[in-house]
Amino acid sequence: MKFWRKPLDLAAVRPARGRVVIIEERCKGCSFCIEYCSREVLALSESFNRKGYHFPKAIKPELCVNCHFCEAVCPEFAIFSVEEEAQA
Amino acid sequence: MSAKTAGGAAAAHPPVHPQDHLLRTDRLPHIWCTGCGIGIVFGSLMSAVMKSGLPLNDVAVVSGIGCTGRMAGYIKLDSYHTTHGRALPFATGLKLTRPQGKVIVASGDGDLFAIGGNHFIHAARRNLDLTVICVNNLNYGMTGGQQAPSTPFGAKTTTSPSGSPDQPFNFCALAAACGATYVARWTALHIRLLTQTIGEALAHRGFSFIEILAPCPTAFGRRNKIRNPLDLLRFYYDRSVVKNKISPDQAVMDFQGNLVVGKFVDVAKPTWLDGYRQVNSGQVGEWPEVAAEVPIPEKHLLGA
Ligand SMILES: Cc1ncc(C[n+]2csc(CCOP(=O)(O)OP(=O)(O)O)c2C)c(N)n1
Ligand code: SF4
Ligand code: SF4
Ligand code: SF4
Ligand SMILES: [Mg+2]
Repeated sequence: MKFWRKPLDLAAVRPARGRVVIIEERCKGCSFCIEYCSREVLALSESFNRKGYHFPKAIKPELCVNCHFCEAVCPEFAIFSVEEEAQA
Repeated sequence: MSAKTAGGAAAAHPPVHPQDHLLRTDRLPHIWCTGCGIGIVFGSLMSAVMKSGLPLNDVAVVSGIGCTGRMAGYIKLDSYHTTHGRALPFATGLKLTRPQGKVIVASGDGDLFAIGGNHFIHAARRNLDLTVICVNNLNYGMTGGQQAPSTPFGAKTTTSPSGSPDQPFNFCALAAACGATYVARWTALHIRLLTQTIGEALAHRGFSFIEILAPCPTAFGRRNKIRNPLDLLRFYYDRSVVKNKISPDQAVMDFQGNLVVGKFVDVAKPTWLDGYRQVNSGQVGEWPEVAAEVPIPEKHLLGA
């Protein structure tokens, strides 16, 4: 992570880590989650689901901070994040 | 990351979404179009209900007819999908027969303010203890995009092909003028603030009203040069300015300029049930006799 000024407690604070889960068959391809993930974890996949929609895929899963914003912005209940063990 | 959740192997056992326990998952995918804002508002409502800690067997969701009205059919709580415009009368009856329960009305701008407009003004006037969530998509989405009481001046709809000649309602100002005691407006992208506000509205005693400006790319956006759902969601959000506590009549939505959002009204007043109990327990006192000698101010001023 890049910092504008190094926080004094950098060593003590562990950024949250998340794992993003995609329910591909529910997705309708609006791309809201991709656009509004502030960590740019997601991108549109080349494959599509049974209904013909391109769903998102995690291109940089390790950057996910479990903020749940993709989960909140998805109108289809097709994506969510779960907490992962914090980074060392 | 395990391959199971990331890839195709998940299809056999689809992952369980954290809101699945509140959803009738057998009905998913829902009918809402790609990028429709109703799904976001619905998710926010479910989050607020969960965070409220209310006993789920005493929360009911009532809707009228329209795309937004479908929420009642997708939520796994007691719910009722009424006829067009009649969500508030049904919710009123439900609340009065079961005052300890929480009754949420979730419906569209047309349902609540066109065919259901009269019910709205009187429910607000009575300060009935209800939470009303109005998804304002600026038109009648379900029936193909007709002009609604929310359609901005000049916007194109199937029934105003050259642009709407009407001035729209300011729903928040209307609600407050009628007597609503909690009034707020957000766009569909103000998700955290919306969820927080719905939580406050659920905890509020009296008539709470929340309007959400939400994209309807299919019926409204397509005719008004913003066909792409993401562009429409961003258009509303980028033009919004937050002005909390201002008088709702100043909370103007100017689509050429700024769209004012925020929490405008939050006051405590007796609810309809408070008044009803007061009357029934004989605590109102006698209606005063009209005494002949009371001067009539107008006449006095006229020197008559
Ligand atoms: C008595 C009656 N009149 C007309 C209709 C047709 N109708 C169905 S939905 C609707 C309007 C829906 O608009 P809105 O409430 O804004 O909901 P949206 O679909 O935009 O979410 C109308 C006029 C009906 N179902 N019943
Ligand atoms: S939880 Fe946050 S960081 Fe992780 S993918 Fe979703 S939006 Fe991105
Ligand atoms: S927000 Fe939901 S429906 Fe839209 S692309 Fe992402 S997962 Fe698919
Ligand atoms: S017609 Fe409009 S309001 Fe109805 S589901 Fe489609 S986008 Fe949503
Ligand atoms: Mg509508």
